[in-house]
Amino acid sequence: MTTPEIYSLVLVVLTALAAGLIGSFALMKRMSLAGDVVSHIALPGLGLALLFKMNPLVGAAIALFCGTILIWHLQKSATMTTDVAIGVIFTAALAIGIVLTPSEDLIEALFGGFQSLTPLWFAIGLLAVGVIVAFVWMFRHQLILSLFSPELAAATGVKVSRLNLYFLLVFSLTVLLGLRFLGAMLVGALIIIPAAIGRQLTHTLTAFLVASSAASVLSVLLGFTISRFYPHFTIAHVTLNLTLGPAIIAMATILFLLSLLRKKI
Amino acid sequence: MSLLTVKNLSVRIQDKLIVEDVSFDLSERERLSILGPNGAGKTVLLKALLSLLPSTGEIRWAPQARIGYVPQKIDAEIHLPLTFNDLFQAKCSTLRVSIHDASGVAESVGLTKEILATPVGHLSGGQFQRGLIGFALIGEPNVLLLDEPTASVDEPGEEHIYELIHRLQDERNLASIMVSHDLSFVFRYATTVLCLNRQRVCFGSPRDALSHDVLEKLYGESVGFYDHDHHVSVPHPVQS
Repeated sequence: MTTPEIYSLVLVVLTALAAGLIGSFALMKRMSLAGDVVSHIALPGLGLALLFKMNPLVGAAIALFCGTILIWHLQKSATMTTDVAIGVIFTAALAIGIVLTPSEDLIEALFGGFQSLTPLWFAIGLLAVGVIVAFVWMFRHQLILSLFSPELAAATGVKVSRLNLYFLLVFSLTVLLGLRFLGAMLVGALIIIPAAIGRQLTHTLTAFLVASSAASVLSVLLGFTISRFYPHFTIAHVTLNLTLGPAIIAMATILFLLSLLRKKI
Repeated sequence: MSLLTVKNLSVRIQDKLIVEDVSFDLSERERLSILGPNGAGKTVLLKALLSLLPSTGEIRWAPQARIGYVPQKIDAEIHLPLTFNDLFQAKCSTLRVSIHDASGVAESVGLTKEILATPVGHLSGGQFQRGLIGFALIGEPNVLLLDEPTASVDEPGEEHIYELIHRLQDERNLASIMVSHDLSFVFRYATTVLCLNRQRVCFGSPRDALSHDVLEKLYGESVGFYDHDHHVSVPHPVQS
């Protein structure tokens, strides 16, 4: 492997770790589908950036930031139409994104891939993972209180609305990190499937966080190994096209199915 | 000495006036019960006192007031992997108090290590309520705000919870504001009662304030109650 490829592998593993942590809290906050919503919002930004020959991740980041603020406002308003609004934004963003993205880049935008990383993007990626892990560590107690009861958390002095905004921003940062490797269609799955595995296997918070992160990292390592060494696996005259993103999510799904058979820790 | 002064407090929710022009005081060690029918604004008043809802008028807590809050009901998600150990630790960390506070509190509300380590969704109503009371006591409050603390407890358990609250108030010299539907509790334990039906209907010691007229005004004529040796009780609990 070349050094830029090693950068890429290290970053995808660390992204998996961050996705496991954030996914655990997202699952407890009943935001399981938020990963899909947020990642689809990234798509128009990605498409516009590609059209204007900019770095696609910069376009995605801007779109994600705007989408995050929008979702936060919708959450705060807590009206009956929030779900509907999110549903409309999610599908509209997907459609606009597909219309805008040049066709030669569309598959990669939707399903990701394994690309070499420059030292600068590797450093930025490491910084982003650091921000996510530090956020979870620093705000874990406040997150726990607001999960249990936003009202009780507020009475204890937690600024619940601000905490929700921070969580959504960090959630979007996790989506942005995974976008390069898994694409807009699959990155949500890396956030939620490992957390679902962790939840199946554990019943304490610490064990849940550890199991989710471990399941996420394991899915990425297995998916990477398969896509690297068996990208066109043939079984019963059918050739499977195992590129990185689909291979990771396929492995995560298999681990989830296996987790259904296990007793809780 | 007054811990809380409320003057001309009004709370609107979506343009509907829920609490109107309510005034009262709370002194140290005073036990105030809030009584009123469904939709009278009792819970809303309590939330306004905690600044959980916007209000007009004046709510002035004394600088030395440290508040513990026991909410009416928490729909704890049964699948949450959270235990009262996690919650006590989270509150200690948020308030920046020692975790040793939590172990003392757990003992005083009768929470065993096993109960503390059990996911909240798997606890009985009584255990859960003890956990919430323990949670409120972290940070050594000198005033407790309790919103129908026995709402999710079965009838035999209600008495234990009331006795626990009473004992804790004695041991820790706590003032309290409690929303309660149980008139017998109000007569046994409250030093002051505030009758609420959007506006203040009565305020004073239970025996002086809770006349037949006041209770009829609050609950209507269908409510049965009787005087017996200067004790007033209801044959069936009056749901508020």
